[in-house]
Amino acid sequence: MARASTSAPAGPERTQARAGGISPRASARRARPGRLRRISLPYLLLLPALLFELLVHLVPMVVGVFISFKALTQLYLAQWEHAPWAGLGNYRTVADFNGPIGQALLHSFVVTCAFTAIAIGLSWLFGCAAAILAQDRFRGRGVLRAIFLTPYALPAYTSVITWAFMFQYNNGLVNQVLHNELGITSRPTFWLLGDNSFIALVTVSVWRNWPFAFLVIMAGLQSIPRELYEAAAIDGAGIWQQIRHITMPGLRPVNQVLVLVLFLWTFNDFTTPFVLFGNAAPQNADVISLHIYNASFLTWNFGEGSAMSVLLLLFLLVVSGGYLLVTSRRRDA
Amino acid sequence: MGLTEGTVRATQYGDSSYEFQVYGANSEPKKPETRGVRRVRRPSPIAIFALAAALAITVVGCSSSSSHGTSAGSGSGSGATITYWASDQGSSIADDYTVLNPELAKFTKQTGIKVKLEVIGWPDLLNRVLAATTTGQAPDVVNIGNTWSASLQATGALLPWSAQNFSAIGGENKFVTSALGSTGAAGKPPAAVPLYSVAYALYYNKAMFQQAGIAGPPATWADLIADGKKLTHGGQYGLAIEGGSIPENIHHAFIFGQQHGCSFFSSSGAPTFTQPGCVQGVQQFVNLMGSDKIVNPGDAEYDQNQSLSDFASGKAAMLMWQAAGANLKAHGMSSSQYGVAPVPVQSGVPGQGTSVDSMVAGINIAIFKNTHNLAAAEKFVQFMTSPAEQMILCKEYGSIPPVSAAQQDPAFATPELSVLRNVLATSAVAMPQVSGESQFETLVGTAVKNLFADAVNGPVSAQTVEQQLASAQSQMSG
Repeated sequence: MARASTSAPAGPERTQARAGGISPRASARRARPGRLRRISLPYLLLLPALLFELLVHLVPMVVGVFISFKALTQLYLAQWEHAPWAGLGNYRTVADFNGPIGQALLHSFVVTCAFTAIAIGLSWLFGCAAAILAQDRFRGRGVLRAIFLTPYALPAYTSVITWAFMFQYNNGLVNQVLHNELGITSRPTFWLLGDNSFIALVTVSVWRNWPFAFLVIMAGLQSIPRELYEAAAIDGAGIWQQIRHITMPGLRPVNQVLVLVLFLWTFNDFTTPFVLFGNAAPQNADVISLHIYNASFLTWNFGEGSAMSVLLLLFLLVVSGGYLLVTSRRRDA
Repeated sequence: MGLTEGTVRATQYGDSSYEFQVYGANSEPKKPETRGVRRVRRPSPIAIFALAAALAITVVGCSSSSSHGTSAGSGSGSGATITYWASDQGSSIADDYTVLNPELAKFTKQTGIKVKLEVIGWPDLLNRVLAATTTGQAPDVVNIGNTWSASLQATGALLPWSAQNFSAIGGENKFVTSALGSTGAAGKPPAAVPLYSVAYALYYNKAMFQQAGIAGPPATWADLIADGKKLTHGGQYGLAIEGGSIPENIHHAFIFGQQHGCSFFSSSGAPTFTQPGCVQGVQQFVNLMGSDKIVNPGDAEYDQNQSLSDFASGKAAMLMWQAAGANLKAHGMSSSQYGVAPVPVQSGVPGQGTSVDSMVAGINIAIFKNTHNLAAAEKFVQFMTSPAEQMILCKEYGSIPPVSAAQQDPAFATPELSVLRNVLATSAVAMPQVSGESQFETLVGTAVKNLFADAVNGPVSAQTVEQQLASAQSQMSG
C-alpha cells in the first residue's frame, strides 16, 4: 500500500511539469504537499485506533507498573500520584514466599496453574473428540453442532450464575440428580465450598471453553484432505492410527494457537470464579485473578496488588513468548 | 453453520499478510491508471468523512471525563445540580427510587436545587466510592455503611464535619450520641453524619415456638441452643444464618467476640484478632452449625439474603438480623407472625461490656470534599437529616432515626422498632473506628466464611479458628 502511494503520482506529476514548462523545483514544491497528504492519510486514519489502543491497553499497563513501585494504600487514594515511592518493597513483599502475603500468592499461583492445565486439557480433549465425531456427514449434524456451540454463545455472567444455582447445596440441580435421583452420593455435596469448589470451577470453565476448541478444531479438520484418510484406510490403518498419523499432525498449527489462546483465557479468567464464589473464593479455588482483585480492592493496598499484576504479566509474557519460540522452532524443523 | 465454518476457515488460512497481498495486488496498482492526477491527490470525501468521524469519536471519548467533571455546577446553592449516590435500603433498588424520588422533588421545590439520584447496590457501593475517591469523579453526596467511616476518613476524600459544617445542617446535637460514635476515628472531625440507624435483634416464628411448647424467646445462648434443638426436625432448623456473607459474618464475629471480652484492635490500632476472647466468640458462632446443629449446613453458602427468605418461608424458626421487618413483609410474612427480642447474651440481660448484643449498625451520609456545590450539598444533608424527612424515610425503610427529635415519634414505638431502639440505646457498641476497619471486615469476614465451610462437616476446634484468624491478621499486618 505504501509502495503504491509513493510511486504512483510521480509519473503524472513529472509529465505535467514538463508539458507546462514549469521548473522542476516549482513542481516539487507543488507535489510535496500532495505526496505528504497521501503518505500521511493512512497514518491519520490509523491514529484514532492507535489513540484508543494507548488509552485502553498501554496507558493502564504503564500506570499499573508505576503504581507497583508506590506505597499506594488507602491513605493516598484521593491523591494516588503523591503516594510515597516504595522502590522494590511491594515486589519483595509479594515475592517473599515465607511471608503470609507471598505464601498466599504462591498458593493461588499453584491453584491457578493446576486449574489452567486441567481445564485446557479437558476443553481440548472434548473439543477434539466432538469435532472428529462430527466431521462425517450424518442426519442432524448441523443441529448438533449448534447445540455444542451454545455455551460459547451465551453471555458469561448468565451461564456462570446458572451454574452457581445448579451447584447449590440445598436446592441445586447437581445434588438433586446425583444424590436424590441417582443416589450416587451418600449425602448432598457442597460444590461451592471446600475441596469440591475446585471441581466446580474446572467444570464450569471446561463447559464454557470446550465449544471454542470444538469450533477451531472443526475448522482445522477441513484443511486435511479426505484422500489421506481414504489412502490410509486402503492401507489398513484403523481409526486410532488415522487420528494419530493424519489428524493430529494436520491439526498441529491450529492446536498451537488454540492452546495458547485457551491458556491465556483460562489463566486470566475472572468472571467464572467471581460469579461462582463472590469476593471470597474458597482456598482451593482461589485463582490468581480473584486473588489480585482481593489484594487490591478489598484490602485497599493497590501498590501490592499492582506488583502482583506486573509479576503475572511478566509470567504470561515469558510463557507465551517461550511457547511461541518452541512451537515455531519445531515447525521450522 | 456453514457461515461459521467458512469464517473460521478464512481466518485460519488468511492471516493479515495474506489479506494484505490480495489488496495490494488487486487494488493499489490500478490507481494511477484509472484515476486522474487531481483525483489521486485529493483524498476521497468518504476517507475525509471517515477520518473526521474517527477523530471526533476519539476526541469525544477522551474528553468525556472532563465534561463529566465540570457538570457539577456553580455551587451557589439554589439553581445548582448535585449528584447523590444512595445505598440500597429498600426491598429492591427500584423500591429505593420509588421512596426517594418524591422526597428529592420536595427538596428541589423547597430550595431550587436539583438532585441527580443514583441508587447503588451494596456489593458495588464501596468499590464505586473508592473509584470516585481515586479519580475525583465523585458525587457531591453519598451514603456509606457507617462501619466504613473511619477507613474512608483515612483516604481524605470526605468532607470533615467541623463545627462550622455541622452548624450548616443544624448542629451536632440534633443526632443521638450512640449514632455519632460510628462516624469516624475518635479525636477527629466525623467523616459523615448518621442517616439511618439499625441494630441486630432476634426474630422468632411465633407459631413454631408455640408448636414446640416454648414459652418465649431465648435470652441466653444456652436457651437459644436448647430451643434451637427443639425446633430442628425434618427439613426445619432452629436458626438461619447467612454463612457465606462477609458483612453478616463480621458483624456476628464482632458481637460474639465482644461477649467474650474480645477487642479486635489494640488501643494503638494494631490488629489483635487471635486474642482468646475473639477465638471463643467466633468458635461459638460457627459451632451453632458445627456442633450444636441448629443451623442448616446449607446456610454456609448463603450470601444473597437466603436466610431471610428461609425464615419467612418457615424453613427456620429464628433469625438474627438488622431491622428485618420491611424485608420480611416483602417476603410475605406479616409482623403478627413473628416476635422480636434482643439477641441472646451470656448473662441473659443485655447491657454493655460482655453483655453487648449488637453493633451500632446504620447508614451515614457524607459529602465528598472536592464538591463544587458545598452549600447545596450541605442543604441537602440538612434536608435528609431534618426530623420531618427522617420520619418519612425511616418509616419507609423500617429503621430508627438517628435524629433525636424524630426518634421520639410514636411511629417508632412498634414492637420491632422499640426493641431495636432500646438495643441501640443500651447494649450496642460501635464497630472499631480505626483506619484498617474495612480490611478487618473483609479478612475476618472471609475467615468466618471459611470456618463455616469446615463447620458443615462437624465441630470446629479453637485451634482451627485461631489459625484462620492468625492468617487474617498476618495479611492486615503485611
